[in-house]
Amino acid sequence: MAGGAPAGASNSEIYKGNGPKLLLPAWVFIGIFLVMPVGIMAVYSFLTKEFRGGVIWEFTWAAYDQFFLNRGLFGDEPPSIEWTYIGIFWRSIWQAGLATVLCLLIGFPTAWFIATRAAKERSVWLFLITVPYWVNLLIRTVSMKFLIRDTGPLNEFLLALGVIDAPLALVNTNFAVQLGLFYSYLPFMVLPIYAAVERYDFSLSEAAADLYASSWQTLRLVILPVVKPGIVAGCILVFVPSLGAFLAPDLLGGAKTFMIGSLIEEQFKGAAGNWPFGAAASMILLTIVMGVLLIHARAQTKGER
Amino acid sequence: MAKPVDLRRFTGFRAITWLCLFVLYAPLVIVAIYSFNDSTSITRWGGFSLKWYVDVFTGPEAPKFRDAAINSFTIAIGAAICATLIATAAAVAMNRAGRFKGKTASLALINLPLMVPEIVTAVASLVFFITIGFQTGLLTIFLAHVVFCIPFAYLPISARMQSVPDMYEQAAMDLYATPWKAFRLVLLPLMVPGILSGFLLAFIISLDDFLITNFVKGAGVETLPTAIFGSVKQGIKPNIMAISTLLLGVSVVFVTLSWIIGRAGQSKR
Repeated sequence: MAGGAPAGASNSEIYKGNGPKLLLPAWVFIGIFLVMPVGIMAVYSFLTKEFRGGVIWEFTWAAYDQFFLNRGLFGDEPPSIEWTYIGIFWRSIWQAGLATVLCLLIGFPTAWFIATRAAKERSVWLFLITVPYWVNLLIRTVSMKFLIRDTGPLNEFLLALGVIDAPLALVNTNFAVQLGLFYSYLPFMVLPIYAAVERYDFSLSEAAADLYASSWQTLRLVILPVVKPGIVAGCILVFVPSLGAFLAPDLLGGAKTFMIGSLIEEQFKGAAGNWPFGAAASMILLTIVMGVLLIHARAQTKGER
Repeated sequence: MAKPVDLRRFTGFRAITWLCLFVLYAPLVIVAIYSFNDSTSITRWGGFSLKWYVDVFTGPEAPKFRDAAINSFTIAIGAAICATLIATAAAVAMNRAGRFKGKTASLALINLPLMVPEIVTAVASLVFFITIGFQTGLLTIFLAHVVFCIPFAYLPISARMQSVPDMYEQAAMDLYATPWKAFRLVLLPLMVPGILSGFLLAFIISLDDFLITNFVKGAGVETLPTAIFGSVKQGIKPNIMAISTLLLGVSVVFVTLSWIIGRAGQSKR
């Protein structure tokens, strides 16, 4: 794991000329079953809705209009900004951002601690962090719901300790959704930071200490710039899936904790049944995510120069 | 390895790491414990019992879970095999074929399933299959799963290929082996740990997926996660905790296998 690739391997040209041929299956599969679907969904967002699901092939801006503008109950008032859906997106961004910060607060020290252990010990810690990452997200979310139910083990435990007199109503709150997001994506934060810290050359810290830097000064001025790519990668890996999360808001939250994922799902599977609107909301989510990734890619190429 | 003195001062870090592990494991462990609860109330402890495990296999909901499990495993094995083949070919192209046009774009494409939010992929897949008039069912689940399994299979395979020096293959080619022979007889055997670990990760990812499956599954077709989700919507029942614990066990076994295989591959170097 340490050391990376020998320089020669990546320069190999053994299968020269066969590159495109070998990549063809990947192009075909991802092209047909991901790129094309997203393209068709983009088209759907400009179509007219059919009641109880489906679309009519008539082009219209109605879905985006409904998303951003409020034209009154009968659609004839002067348009004003519609805050309902922008509000849902805003709450999602806020929840995802908060989850990212919390994951960073716990994830950074954890990654740091693991990366500074001896090699043998390191792989065991890493394994322990990785296992929950691969446990079914649905099961993890259900477990969290079970834990914090009104009559769940957490409340029973706190009641028995005498910390609280009445069970805390945790389920169906923003707090529960936040807890669910934090819990779901915490390993996503630890792993990339670990990878960055593992590559960090600790003689740099020694040099800083020799020059009378305090440990916090060393952390802030020497270490952080080096491990920053790992931190940024971790933040993206937590933020992006949190933003579009469906299970945590659906199972741990209630009607008041609606997030983008639930909004989209309801348009296709739920009572709302407005496919163009769901497609438009998906496109807006995709735009935000691609924007974040693009900013990240730009910053990365800038940093490399 | 010598640890610089100043690093030991972040004393809280060990405690936070333990806290992190506690947070990650506590809900899972608690559900596993309560799945052995004899009581009909799901939180009151009524003694140890395996009755909910028996219920999963013989109870009124057993046929539903059995069918869902068969679907889940069939799709996961099929999707993982397909994704592994595609990813292996792609890894050879990216690591052994030198420079060619579209290489950077190809890497972006392979990683695309990781970047598009899952809910968007789910909705887009549904809309796509309906537009082209493809009946949603097992096949649509399979196709959608192959796509998002590709990057998960690709990552360990490509990482392993980078760490396998190409001198043996070059020697084989010097001795007039065809590229295909050099691949089959030299590179492939060296790649076994990476390919296995890629396959296992793809398998778990497919087995775990709820969101995309829920959109492209079609009426009446269930996988374990969608069946569990349907039940949980009506409240958490003890048999769901038992089935969750079983599935959790499967994940742990596969991750452990993947880890052991990965380590074996490393130590051989």
